[in-house]
Amino acid sequence: MSELTGLYALWYREVKVFLRERSRIVSSVVNPLIWLVAFGGGLGSAISFGGVGYQTFIFPGVLMMTVLFTSIFFGLYIVWDRKLDFFKEVMVAPLNRSTLFLGKMLGGCTDALIQGAILLVLGVFFGVQYTMYAVAVLVMFLVFIAAGITSVGLAIGSQMTSFEGFGLIQSFVVMPLFFLSGALYPLDNLPGWLQTVTYLNPLTYIVDGMRGTLLGMSAFPLVLDIGVSIAFVLAMAGLGTLAFRRMS
Amino acid sequence: MIIKTEGITKAFKNLVAVNHIDLSIDEGEVFGLLGPNGAGKTTLLSMLATLLKPTEGRATVNGFDVARQPGSVRKSIGMVFQAPSSDDLLTGWENLYLHALMFGVPAQERRQRIEEVLKLVDLRDRADERVKTYSGGMRRRLELARGLLHKPKILLLDEPTLGLDPQTREHIWEYIKRLAGDEKVTILITTHYMEEADALCDRVAIIDHGRVIALDSPGNLKRQLGTSMIKAKVKQPNIDLIRSLPYVSRAEAKDGEVLIALSEAGSHIQEVLCNLGEASFVEMREPTLNDVFLQLTGKEIRAESAETLEQKYTQATGR
Repeated sequence: MSELTGLYALWYREVKVFLRERSRIVSSVVNPLIWLVAFGGGLGSAISFGGVGYQTFIFPGVLMMTVLFTSIFFGLYIVWDRKLDFFKEVMVAPLNRSTLFLGKMLGGCTDALIQGAILLVLGVFFGVQYTMYAVAVLVMFLVFIAAGITSVGLAIGSQMTSFEGFGLIQSFVVMPLFFLSGALYPLDNLPGWLQTVTYLNPLTYIVDGMRGTLLGMSAFPLVLDIGVSIAFVLAMAGLGTLAFRRMS
Repeated sequence: MIIKTEGITKAFKNLVAVNHIDLSIDEGEVFGLLGPNGAGKTTLLSMLATLLKPTEGRATVNGFDVARQPGSVRKSIGMVFQAPSSDDLLTGWENLYLHALMFGVPAQERRQRIEEVLKLVDLRDRADERVKTYSGGMRRRLELARGLLHKPKILLLDEPTLGLDPQTREHIWEYIKRLAGDEKVTILITTHYMEEADALCDRVAIIDHGRVIALDSPGNLKRQLGTSMIKAKVKQPNIDLIRSLPYVSRAEAKDGEVLIALSEAGSHIQEVLCNLGEASFVEMREPTLNDVFLQLTGKEIRAESAETLEQKYTQATGR
């Protein structure tokens, strides 16, 4: 019972802080809009896939990107928390480390979902048409990304002591996850090596699931997309919990 | 014995921060850990708070072993950290509410407890403002209030008045005394302020390089030195002659200044000055804990400069 109350406290803190930092919400919505308008609009004047405009085609990918960026940096933010002693107060609380992890992760998921929801609404202006079913499936996939990637961020952040490695994480984790996910291109006709790498990226299945539901264009069956996503989330959450137990 | 350590040690890669320390602290006591920066005070406190694991030795807090029962230890203690640890985007009240949730204060008592501690530290009228707008002193008071919220039996305070103005510092000393007196809370406090240890603590352990080098009440520690100190500026002091006087417990000459510890300075000052040589400046005062530290280690405990402190605060608020 007290663990549950503690979990609620940790979640409450993250959401409160997020809602008060308006600039973070604004920038996280402006970024994807630039992608959709400038990149999608620009390239879209030359190419289109499977009968939908390029902007519409990359919309699920941009959704994924937004949640990916928000979540990874939300997780890594724990370095800052720990550095400035904000987190010591939490560490000395009579709560399990797994509760701390879960509270942080749920907070991150909520933040990401708020942003995702704003983007879903804006999607209407980019030619996206929703059904209730599609919205439900999209939200489910957004939760998968948020939970999985927040866990990755928390796992890495809990083992770091300074911000020095941030650039490396950007280059070796965030960018490859995004660009090798099929967010910007369809998966058929890829050169062999690129296809292999893309198929190894769990985010590929999430983008595929969202695009399939929204536009009816998919490379894998939905069941496979969901299965891989769940496995990814569970593995990362496990990793994060272990990392939190080791954190000092 | 509410806190007990036996040979507790924390070794890092290339230094031993805490080196086989034995302490026993009684219930209701205000116990001070006094020493310069880097002496190992915070490391010792962190081990008692279960934030760090000892590499050797053991410790019990409220009867619970810090290594084996960290959960029960954490329920028994409240901690106030050296650096600000409240969330400055949240209000004072919200910070306290979160703490009440995390530390298992029963739902029906939460609001009332928060009211009580806010009143105790005089922050009721600012409770609904964000911590961002608080001064350093208010922040400290909020953190003190937070440490008390779950009625811990033991309060661990890491440099609670670091960087505060003298008035606020005395305010906080009053709260701490009241807590120990009225609520029977055991208080373990680290400080490098002599006056703080002197004004607050029943007993003081002086720590240097991870070891306890003296442990007694502030009064007894000072009495070891004699009842008075004479400081004089003398070009060529007859220091050996002074040392041979029966009532002088210690005499030291450094950079043209002489520091003499003696008993009954009033009746002996004449003789001391006659034997000392020509003095251009003389001052007589009571010994302080700083003199004790100086005698034990040959160096002074220096206060952290105001500048580094300011950096700490701007760093903490500039998120």
